[in-house]
Amino acid sequence: MTTYYTKDHEWIRVDGDTGTVGITNYAAGQLGDVVYVELPETGAKFARGDDFAVVESVKAASDVYAPVSGSVLEVNTALTEAPEKVNEAAQGDAWFVRVRLTDAGELSGLMDEAAYAAFCEGL
Amino acid sequence: MADTNTETLRRTALHPLHVLYGAKLVPFAGYEMPVQFPEGVKEEHIWTRSDAGLFDVSHMGPSFLTLASGMRRDPAAHEEIAALIETLVPSDIKGLKPGQARLTVLLNAEGGILDDLIITRPYEEDRQGELYIVVNGAMKDQDWGIFETALTGKAVLTRADDGVLVALQGPKAEKVLSAYFPECAGLKFMECRRLELNGETFVVSRCGYTGEDGFEVWGRAAAGTELAGLLLDDPCVRPIGLGARDSLRLEAGLCLYGHDLAPEISPVEADLAWVIQKRRREAGDFPGAARILRELKDGPARKRVGIRPLERAPAREGTEIFVGGEAVGVVTSGGFGPSIDAPVTMGYVAAAHAAPGTKIDLMVRGKARPAEIASLPFIPARYKR
Repeated sequence: MTTYYTKDHEWIRVDGDTGTVGITNYAAGQLGDVVYVELPETGAKFARGDDFAVVESVKAASDVYAPVSGSVLEVNTALTEAPEKVNEAAQGDAWFVRVRLTDAGELSGLMDEAAYAAFCEGL
Repeated sequence: MADTNTETLRRTALHPLHVLYGAKLVPFAGYEMPVQFPEGVKEEHIWTRSDAGLFDVSHMGPSFLTLASGMRRDPAAHEEIAALIETLVPSDIKGLKPGQARLTVLLNAEGGILDDLIITRPYEEDRQGELYIVVNGAMKDQDWGIFETALTGKAVLTRADDGVLVALQGPKAEKVLSAYFPECAGLKFMECRRLELNGETFVVSRCGYTGEDGFEVWGRAAAGTELAGLLLDDPCVRPIGLGARDSLRLEAGLCLYGHDLAPEISPVEADLAWVIQKRRREAGDFPGAARILRELKDGPARKRVGIRPLERAPAREGTEIFVGGEAVGVVTSGGFGPSIDAPVTMGYVAAAHAAPGTKIDLMVRGKARPAEIASLPFIPARYKR
């Protein structure tokens, strides 16, 4: 399994033609205390770059963008009850959705871990 | 309100302290201000309600308005300066006791709110003929311009925003501050004194904007900076940013100018009719009195209300409010209240739908979410009366 990253601070861990998507530790740190997460319905379809979820801190609401095109296989309903998990384990238990990829070729436009770390370093 | 050009931003005297304590700085009201410290908004909010939080509010507009003829040891001097400011605000300023402060609003000719502000009559006998006036940071140039234009030749305005204004808020504020100003423990909510520390004078008021007991202290830049450093050395005190200031005031049901108050909104609509005391209502001698007195008699068309979303999704400023598919109002402040662990919202609705318990829908991201009108504040105020 390989994990890819976007400039909007989402990650996708790919296993065959499915992927698990969430926001990065960096994004969670920038947002601060997460108080609400709005997730899509299972079966929803997204194009790369569409906003598919919303994460809200005490201060503000932020859109979460689809790193690749795909359809939603499963959503992490635990986040609805315990949004603070996003601050505790953004790149682990606090994944947002599992998706079926429409076009695995889109992954080549994303960053690997080292490139993303360098990207964050420059912010 | 947010200022994106960081090159023109001003800094308060406490800027080095913000940096020392690891603040995340953002543009606000023309200043570079701490939005949060490493603890985060939620922790800062909860700490303020359990212990004591120190807020740098030096970006606001503290000022002194003095009779052109000067201060006198004479209560009649208070009457004179009060009469001047009463031409601009609808509160009873003449009736203030020495050392008493009062929230009021600056009105335009249509009775709309140009700002909310606190006016204090000095306690000290030799300072009668002066008022201590604190206005909002984002509105201070407007407000001070209005004072100077309206009162030219009669009163002199001294801007004091080159000093330090801090708010120490929370249940431990009295204990912490009385180590430096023992007399502060004797003050009640909305009472003010000039107090000395190491030969420097500070203006200490028992007030704030969090719903907690606490104090606002103004001092000159060097002395105020030194005091802020001392207060932060107390283990009961943590620095608090604008993020928690906003969630604290929202839980306390307090208005934020530019959001919950605006030039087209009257004090009656804003549920601030209580700032207009009896003598002023009877006299009707303030800007926009015709509209305001009519609204007091017949009720306003719309009203500021508290709103409790019944789900977890916060409803932010600008969210539309519906009843039975009909648009009846709009959210003016919305977010999350860490102390009540639920979303908290304020807004304006048509008067027919303003009763607490009224079921409404909030249109969040295209979806109607159930909510109800709630009494303000969301948490009981803990002022020392």
